Amino acid sequence: MIPELGHFMLVLALAAAVAQAFFGIAGPALGRQAWIDVTRSAVIAQFVLVSLSLAALVYAFVQNDFSVEYVAANSNTALPVGYRIAAVWGAHEGSLLLWAWIMVAWTLAVALLSRNLPPEFAARVLGVLGLIAIGFLLFTLATSNPFARLDPAAPDGRDLNPLLQDPALAMHPPLLYAGYVGLSVAFAFACAAMIEGRLDAAWARWARPWTTVAWALLTVGIALGSWWAYYELGWGGYWFWDPVENASFMPWLVATALIHSLAVTEKRGLFKSWTLLLAILGFSLSLLGTFLVRSGVLVSVHSFAADPTRGLFILAFLVIIIGGALALYAWRAPLLRSEAGFELTARESFLLFNNILLMVAAAAVFAGTMAPLISDALGLGTLSVGRQYYDPVFLLPTLPLLAFAAVGLHSGWKKGRLGQRKREILGTLVLGVLIALALVFGAWEGAKVLTPVGFALGAWLMLSAFVDPIDRWRRKLALPPAILGMALAHASLGVFVISITAVESYTLERDLALGIGESGKLGGFEYRLVGLEGKEGPNYDALRGEIIVTEGGRQVAVLHPEKRNYWIQQQQMTEAGIDMHWTRDIFAALGEDLGAGRWSVRAQVRPLINYVWLAALLMAIGGIIAACDRRYRKGDEEVP
Amino acid sequence: MNRFLLPAGLFGLLVVLLFVGIQRSSQKGIIPSALLGKPGPEFRLPSLDGSADFESASMRGRWHLLNVWGTWCPQCRVEHDMLLEIARSGEIAIIGLNWKDEDVLAQRWLAELGDPYDAVPVDRDGQVAVEWGVYGAPETFLIDDQGIVRHRHVGAMTPEVWAREFLSRMPTRQGAPDEPVLVPVPGAAVEG
Repeated sequence: MIPELGHFMLVLALAAAVAQAFFGIAGPALGRQAWIDVTRSAVIAQFVLVSLSLAALVYAFVQNDFSVEYVAANSNTALPVGYRIAAVWGAHEGSLLLWAWIMVAWTLAVALLSRNLPPEFAARVLGVLGLIAIGFLLFTLATSNPFARLDPAAPDGRDLNPLLQDPALAMHPPLLYAGYVGLSVAFAFACAAMIEGRLDAAWARWARPWTTVAWALLTVGIALGSWWAYYELGWGGYWFWDPVENASFMPWLVATALIHSLAVTEKRGLFKSWTLLLAILGFSLSLLGTFLVRSGVLVSVHSFAADPTRGLFILAFLVIIIGGALALYAWRAPLLRSEAGFELTARESFLLFNNILLMVAAAAVFAGTMAPLISDALGLGTLSVGRQYYDPVFLLPTLPLLAFAAVGLHSGWKKGRLGQRKREILGTLVLGVLIALALVFGAWEGAKVLTPVGFALGAWLMLSAFVDPIDRWRRKLALPPAILGMALAHASLGVFVISITAVESYTLERDLALGIGESGKLGGFEYRLVGLEGKEGPNYDALRGEIIVTEGGRQVAVLHPEKRNYWIQQQQMTEAGIDMHWTRDIFAALGEDLGAGRWSVRAQVRPLINYVWLAALLMAIGGIIAACDRRYRKGDEEVP
Repeated sequence: MNRFLLPAGLFGLLVVLLFVGIQRSSQKGIIPSALLGKPGPEFRLPSLDGSADFESASMRGRWHLLNVWGTWCPQCRVEHDMLLEIARSGEIAIIGLNWKDEDVLAQRWLAELGDPYDAVPVDRDGQVAVEWGVYGAPETFLIDDQGIVRHRHVGAMTPEVWAREFLSRMPTRQGAPDEPVLVPVPGAAVEG
């Protein structure tokens, strides 16, 4: 009964979304005040209905209702309750329902927090969001109903994919979706502005915090996924240029460009059509990412059950939403001209360069992701694109990007006044180079060509980020959250660059073959396999190794890598043993039984790797702090 | 041309591409292989371990799996444990066609993760894979003792796929009957 109610709520939610889209768009167009007013109520109704539907699915999982096909396929009585809830988004159907819920939660937030927006404009934004919601709800109901029954009911479920039985990965999809869907708000703001044919500083000021929060959530979502891959897949890296990773990274790059472009549009009334295009692209790439993951067009570690019908449906949805927005853009954007000018060394220039470089980087990732498809469609055979392509092609635009960002942080609006800032710019640069030299010669051995460049750029950026806040503090000026958040985010980017440089330059890795009591060398470290023992978890059994790592005869870490065998899905999983330290991680993953009592052990020592994710987290926190600036929500006061 | 139309135009091209992509991805499920029921193309390739060249004719007289893999392929890692499991069961010999890969990486992969293959022919330029109509790695062909292609699976080998698509097509096992049944999947047709 409960699952049928959940299904029914979803049908009603679709009706509410239709009402929201219709009244939101038709109301302002026809000038009907009552229609405009009712849009908000439709949002609230849709939120309540989708929430109840999601609750019904969660209930089915918690109750182990294996008469529901989706529950039977993705849960099991032996699965702990926490993971039973996470199993709701463990596969395609439930992920979509979660997506729909996050979508309506964002919409509700816009509806409740938009009271200072002109009512017509707010209604149009909600109307566009309603259109998108219709697409998702229709998709769920037509091709991916999570409430479909299984007759007869299964005695027990087939269990959640063991890859997903992990706290970080349980949180990864909701955060990622929150970021993806959050970009729909900027998209809806852009569409509403184009429909109205008006785009001013107030518009940009409304759009900014929403975009920044979506960007921050996307940042954390991607970072969590990357961290999970590091300790769970047993590969030991932080990024693999997998098509699905790229699918989340492209919207991130565009969203990063968008928050900067929005700043210019707000402060100086420039880049209007560019900002609109970025707002459309950011969400479009999120949708495209979903398409690539769900349609089975690209094969990757993330492959959901591939289904061409679903692919066609999403493609039709993409055509309507993105095609519609781009057509609107072609028609209306020429009306929105920017008038002011600026000097070449002004902050506007730097933000423009950075925007272009970010888009070049996004285009490079896009080209690599789509290349296999293009080659296949043209009958040129299957092509695989790996890091030999991505690493250099991505660095090409991003290295100058970092330098521009470091200088740009010193520049002023309209007039660069770089001459007056020469001391700070050169000072931070020299200090950055000194830090880089100290790291290259002092900290680790075996630098590569780009190592000092990466360190210097990272340190320069980090120092430059704090020049403005320190200057303000010295002059006893107020330090608003917008400035503080911006400084934190850019300094974190510096930390990010330094840590990635260290990981890419100084990682030690080697695959050892160890029997019990034997040891193998990895650089100055020695790994000794002390023992192996069996262990039993709630739904798996495991082999747990104990490895003692010594450096120069001194014990530095005891690692416990595991190889788990999940009973129901008959899948083996590795749990890496990792010793975290503030300067480096010592890593071991158990490989294959080599026979004769020996095991392959993947041994790695990676300096500063945890700062990659820490920096991403701090970047996101910086974004949140900036978005919380009260002045975004007040009238005409200046926001930096 | 209006520069504001450019994004919409590019998007149009993308849609065409994606549409073709979907058509192709649906084909890979529905049309298993043009080779089905026919003898697989003959080939002769160098072996990964440097021993004598591998000749496809040597597969006659016994059932084989021809598994197409590469170290650059994430799904290949996913299916690797399953291949090891199959190899351990001794039910069938596995030939691992190493596709567009580097020898060093492939050798390291097998040393580290275990080697399920009876032989590893190296198809560096992908010519043999083209003749076999390989869509993408991983891909597994079931070949009978006469060299006839009996089945083809695109994507990772899983216990379900093994039981449903492969075991059910293989002749009754001649090996020791007291070996444990490999995959206890309810509802799957398992002969033997």
